[in-house]
Amino acid sequence: MITKRIIPCLDVRNGRVVKGVNFEGVRDVADPVEMARMYNAAGADELVFYDITASFEGRALFTDILTRVAQEVFIPLTVGGGINTLADFDRVLKCGADKVSVNSGALRDPALIPAAAERYGSQCVVLSADVKRVGGQFRVFARGGREDTGRDALEWIAWCAEHGAGEVCLNSIDTDGVRRGFDLEMLDAVAARVRVPIIASGGAGKKEDFLELFRHKGIDAGLAAGIFHQKLLSIRELKEYLAKNGVEMRL
Amino acid sequence: MIAVIDYGVGNLFSLRSSLRSLGLEAAVTADPAAIRAADRVILPGVGAFGDAMARLNESGLAPVIRAEAARKPLLGICLGMQLLFDKSCEYGEHAGLGLVPGQVCPLAADLADPALKVPQIGWNALRILRPDPLFRYLRQGEYVYYVHSYYAKHCAESTLAVSDYSIPVTGAVRSGLAWGTQFHPEKSGDAGLRILQAFAEL
Repeated sequence: MITKRIIPCLDVRNGRVVKGVNFEGVRDVADPVEMARMYNAAGADELVFYDITASFEGRALFTDILTRVAQEVFIPLTVGGGINTLADFDRVLKCGADKVSVNSGALRDPALIPAAAERYGSQCVVLSADVKRVGGQFRVFARGGREDTGRDALEWIAWCAEHGAGEVCLNSIDTDGVRRGFDLEMLDAVAARVRVPIIASGGAGKKEDFLELFRHKGIDAGLAAGIFHQKLLSIRELKEYLAKNGVEMRL
Repeated sequence: MIAVIDYGVGNLFSLRSSLRSLGLEAAVTADPAAIRAADRVILPGVGAFGDAMARLNESGLAPVIRAEAARKPLLGICLGMQLLFDKSCEYGEHAGLGLVPGQVCPLAADLADPALKVPQIGWNALRILRPDPLFRYLRQGEYVYYVHSYYAKHCAESTLAVSDYSIPVTGAVRSGLAWGTQFHPEKSGDAGLRILQAFAEL
């Protein structure tokens, strides 16, 4: 059977991997190429790279890193951050990305989703959404979780899945960095609405959190950053634990 | 030398990189002379069957691939595997290369568990049904990476391996010198590299 996937996420700024807590207070961790190599050896099922640099130099550095990773790590690579146009898709796909994750770019221009799916196939298009509760409603936030778009998250995610997003990555702002478990309520609500694979992100603190996550139907992958980067949890150990508890894993 | 056929379908970066990392000489090419001169041929591909087949026909590559497949090992990957079959019913009916008997059909219509997602995206265990030199370095049940919405059926005689997705999904096929994998060896980590290595030794 198909396995659940464990995905470390590398936020890259100026050529280094960083990870924020609640999207603020960024701190330096390590060299992305070295980390990609290490995670691949540890059994990561996929890698996600987010480019969180704003500068032109930072962007060039990022594509250089991506190229180096894609030349030696042969598992799926997803790239996000600063994807606003088809030209951005093109730029990262040429450097070896397999999937491209769109967030604010799609909120600004929703037509980007169907256009990218038509050109590259929906398997290539990942909708990433930062979701937060506002007055009892799940809302989509833009600009790295800083701006409330006022848009209903469930409606937005369902629209994107119907218009070409082949996968959705859901980041809960409410649970991100808190390490008390994934936002299961929000994830369940989305899983009830869409048929495409769902990647859960935000809130993982211990291996039990992943077990609980995968006991919820419709969740295909768990993504985390800080707990892996700071070696609070090893990917190998996590996957062995999940397999022992009946979750299909690639070991 | 391995000729990787470049017909404008899909991203060849990983395939090229994985062959290079194995120290295998490969040329990404659309030149019939280079394909004829190669020891073996890889037909990659991602996207729609009809469009890909139209490109192979319009560029004149289809007859070259058919002729070369009788003389040297050919490996179709993902859509490239599907193109080896007689026909596909993806958005209408399209004839394929006809190198492997069988047809390509929508996965969603045949799943025994309708809650499973289509496309199948992710790692699935490869159950080897028939030993083959392509699996020389592979153990039973190793995981490989799939991304697909269509699958090959009515091809029991050429099926080498399957993966379970509530039904047995054709994972690898062989007919004569034409091999095909529905999964992506170039994205299947170490197991995938071992398959590519074995292909280079066929």
